[in-house]
Amino acid sequence: MSSLIQVQNVSKSYWRNSLEIPVLNNISFEVNEGEFLALMGPSGSGKTTLLNLIAGIDKPTKGNVAIAGTDISKLNESALAKWRSANVGFVFQFYNLIPVLTAFENVELPLLLTKLSKTERRKHVEMALNIVGLGDRMYHYPKQLSGGEEQRVAIARAVVTDPLILVADEPTGDLDKNSADEILTLMERLNEEFKKTILMVTHDPHAAEKAKLIRHLEKGDLI
Amino acid sequence: MKVLKLIFKNTLRHKLRTLLTILGIMIVVIAFNLLRTVVTAWYAGVEGAAANRLITRQAVSFIFELPYAYKDKIAQVQGVETVSYANWFGGVYIDQNQFFARMAVDPESIFDVYPEFLLSKEELDNFKKERNSCIVGRDIAKQYKFKIGDVITLEGDIYPGRWDFVVRGIYQPKYKSTDATQMLFQWDYLNERMEMEAPGRANWVGWYIVKISDPDMSAEISNKIDALFKNSTAETKTESEKEFVQGFISSSSAIITAMNLMSFVIIGIIMLVLGNTMIMSARERTREYAVFKTLGFSAFHLIGLIMGESLLISALGGGIGLAFSFPIIAGFEQAIPKGFFPIFQLEPITVVLAVSAAFIIGITASIFPVQRALTTKIVDGFRFVG
Repeated sequence: MSSLIQVQNVSKSYWRNSLEIPVLNNISFEVNEGEFLALMGPSGSGKTTLLNLIAGIDKPTKGNVAIAGTDISKLNESALAKWRSANVGFVFQFYNLIPVLTAFENVELPLLLTKLSKTERRKHVEMALNIVGLGDRMYHYPKQLSGGEEQRVAIARAVVTDPLILVADEPTGDLDKNSADEILTLMERLNEEFKKTILMVTHDPHAAEKAKLIRHLEKGDLI
Repeated sequence: MKVLKLIFKNTLRHKLRTLLTILGIMIVVIAFNLLRTVVTAWYAGVEGAAANRLITRQAVSFIFELPYAYKDKIAQVQGVETVSYANWFGGVYIDQNQFFARMAVDPESIFDVYPEFLLSKEELDNFKKERNSCIVGRDIAKQYKFKIGDVITLEGDIYPGRWDFVVRGIYQPKYKSTDATQMLFQWDYLNERMEMEAPGRANWVGWYIVKISDPDMSAEISNKIDALFKNSTAETKTESEKEFVQGFISSSSAIITAMNLMSFVIIGIIMLVLGNTMIMSARERTREYAVFKTLGFSAFHLIGLIMGESLLISALGGGIGLAFSFPIIAGFEQAIPKGFFPIFQLEPITVVLAVSAAFIIGITASIFPVQRALTTKIVDGFRFVG
């Protein structure tokens, strides 16, 4: 298997006034295509920061992040936005659906940036919603869905563009056990059946068990 | 299309807040239109002034009169075509609220110097023939249902007593800016009665209206006329009709300036109100904007979303306000003393100003929320707790 994600000597610090707060310390690792990696660690260990760097929504203070050969640390904001829309699917802890849009419209959002026709977009959205088992809830608004269903809509939105990698930040953190299991099973299926490369941040050992590989972060160091 | 749909849905998220903002803009646009219409009405006389007309009045003050004997002397000045004259009569018709200009004029020349007052030859001939005849403007004829042969009775104040006039003609305004609310009667009728009742007040005119052949010579002719009466007991001041009207309304300049200022101050206030609404909306959607950015939406899309919503609210408020302005201004005209403003209507320039103001409000109110949405980092957006 080839290496899809290459993180090389990455450090990240935040500044509070003149005080530098290091979050990640010289981290290097690789993720192969088709991998399902769980990043674990206590709060403040830097796992979400690392995920953000790999997903291209933040930039490292030092080092490089290369995805499929593209060094995303060197891309400007505009190029990075285009790169994200084509290559990364996002699943957040609090779903982050747009409340005034239906499940269909939420899933359709990333496709609006593509050149697909309306008919093609419809086909993709229906397929994605069917994969997550919400084909019959397409025209429901987020407030009409349960937490688990909202997260499934978020997953449909993440995969609808068929991205290279799927990043999930505590995807079960706001769900009850049954809903969490459904989401984890769905992610497992996306990895095994649809060969999606998945990076998942979690502090839940039960969730991490679903991943093929688990890495631990402790105070900004990969252990 | 999808962005428009999202803009529309965002606008309806907080229905009450949006409704109140739209109502605010609507009221401001109505107030703006009303104030601008009053200011425009005030200046209507200036717009209607002709370049080839001069007004000669008493140098000390407009309220002092000039000898009738000046007429022939003025007529001899080179460049002068016609000399006419008028007296402000005042008087009360029915009650003090029924206001329109009533003036004693020279029937032989008045329609020569005011060609924008259109009168048929037959009506003019009848006006000249009958001493107590009068001509009324189309607008007051319509308002008071005056018709040929009707008798108008005025109770004099400047010239005391009961005065009866027979309507012998109704003049039509040639231009939109022409005042069609005047009542004109024969100066001789007034003068003859003054000779009988108050001889000291006879043979005086309020002002002369001088028609000149070349408008470019107005300053030179004015100087020549005034030179004729220099060091006399009634020195004159001659100026173009436009300058005369401007001088006349300058006595109210403080009020007009205040109204002008107010009309723009309220625009500024509503800009802050809409700006506040947009800031609140954008603040509540900080996480959503982070989601849009994460998904790859550009700054252009975010600007479209925020500015589009702001423009939609201002367009709705402005549009409804504009639609309501027409009947409200018409109602206002009914409520003020009749004839106080000869021309009182929503001018196209006011409509353009109101539409532009609504557009500028929409754009300006969205600047800060747009700037905030664009400069907030994605990671900070997700951490934001509103």
